[in-house]
Amino acid sequence: MSDVHIIGAGIHPFGRHDDKSGLDQGVIAVREALADAGIEWKDIHFAFGGSSAAGNADAMLPRLGLTGVQFINVANGCATGGSALLSGYWAIKSGEFDLGVVLGFDKHPRGAFNPDPEAWGLPKWYGETGMMLTTQFFAMKIQRYMALHGITPMTLARVAEKAFENGVKAPHSWRKQPVDAETILNSQMVSDPLTKFMFCSPAEGGAALILASDKKMRELGLAGPRIRGAAVRTRVNGSFEVFSPSLEVKRGPSPTEIASKVAYEMAGVGPQDIDVAQIQDTESGAEIMHMAENGLCKDGEQEKLIADGATRVGGKLPINTDGGCLACGEPIGASGLRQVYENVQQLRGRGGARQVENPKVAYSQVYGAPGLSAVAILGA
Amino acid sequence: MTDPIAPNLIDPAGHQLIGGRHKQSDRIVFPFPSGPEAAEYEKLPLAGEGTLWSFTVQRFRPKSPPYAGADDERSFKPFALGYVELPGQIIVETRIKIDDFARLKIGMRMELAAIPFARATGDAPLTYAFRPAA
Repeated sequence: MSDVHIIGAGIHPFGRHDDKSGLDQGVIAVREALADAGIEWKDIHFAFGGSSAAGNADAMLPRLGLTGVQFINVANGCATGGSALLSGYWAIKSGEFDLGVVLGFDKHPRGAFNPDPEAWGLPKWYGETGMMLTTQFFAMKIQRYMALHGITPMTLARVAEKAFENGVKAPHSWRKQPVDAETILNSQMVSDPLTKFMFCSPAEGGAALILASDKKMRELGLAGPRIRGAAVRTRVNGSFEVFSPSLEVKRGPSPTEIASKVAYEMAGVGPQDIDVAQIQDTESGAEIMHMAENGLCKDGEQEKLIADGATRVGGKLPINTDGGCLACGEPIGASGLRQVYENVQQLRGRGGARQVENPKVAYSQVYGAPGLSAVAILGA
Repeated sequence: MTDPIAPNLIDPAGHQLIGGRHKQSDRIVFPFPSGPEAAEYEKLPLAGEGTLWSFTVQRFRPKSPPYAGADDERSFKPFALGYVELPGQIIVETRIKIDDFARLKIGMRMELAAIPFARATGDAPLTYAFRPAA
């Protein structure tokens, strides 16, 4: 059993890039991660990577070098990046390998996703009658949460305002314009109670991380944050998930709550130890609910925490310091690794204008269809 | 008589949704399963009344496919949808028949109301919806 460290991190800026394929953006991210670690592709023992809509990751092999490296394509929906990270983590932790890369990239058409019901094991009428939209799920989840826990629309707006404020300061973000809470609140209603500026958009981008065993890291004379805990969990009976024609009356925990508990336990830390967090903010409400599902606060406390600025850079619990999905957009295969990339930057003190003061433990959580969550905790 | 949009979804008169009860565990599901698992379930008529569990309004025309409505970007009319809790049974996702969206409130009483769904193919099969209880 070896400790696993992240010794290099690379990213291709998120957003819209008409001149580049998704794969191009993945290759660029990998090259940047290799350069960051000061190693070469031929040094790499393994790769895990994937995209949701931009092709096979191993198609980058001729461009990076046909070294015979074992390269495993990962396809796990919204947790593709998180699953690649977890696979790389296991490969090194098991003692089988010492140095590898995990990567994700994507490129989606504009507008909301249009899934095929049958590919999700759902009846055709569910999609035909207009009930199969991820936006509806998020709207209905936060609608109920607001009623139960006293969250107001202004708090939804403040989450998005903070995201754009952080996005301005992150070189890899897509949205570079601040937008004030009033404008967000009064923008076009998309799916009540969520307005246009409260939703992230499908986008493009790539992210890559170089993982190394403790021994290999020392041998190379490098340093980097340690992966203290990592877990992917799927839905259980009674959780409320995207694309659910029905729910059980007896309610149960979310996959995020389950993955979060496991990761904290592995890491030997608790929510009170987290200095900076990147959590899934598909829309404003998701960030609010995920704060509680990840144990970072109790249900309902978000209203005051957010009004007080606790989740801004400089607050007591900075969240989504690069603007999250709201400011970066969501290229599915790359999104989870972007969160980890941002945490690596924060822990290494490379956050520039968005740098959190001296963070020691960093948390990330990605959530996606059809009900899965991936958590990673980094630290010294 | 209009045909339901799918078999085993709603009775042809539009009075009841058809759920399934797992023969061994008594677990209730909706819609009634298709494929090999169907044999493990018996049909269970679901309650026609319940309470609103959550809701939203679909403000833009969903992408086609999968959306099959006869409307287009210009003629599309926003519609409400939500989850209705059928006491002691299951919480079903449903379109909601209501003109004034501002009336929607979690906890309000709802009743089943079958509606024709006009498809781009020209037909209008029966699908289910709920509306505020009279």
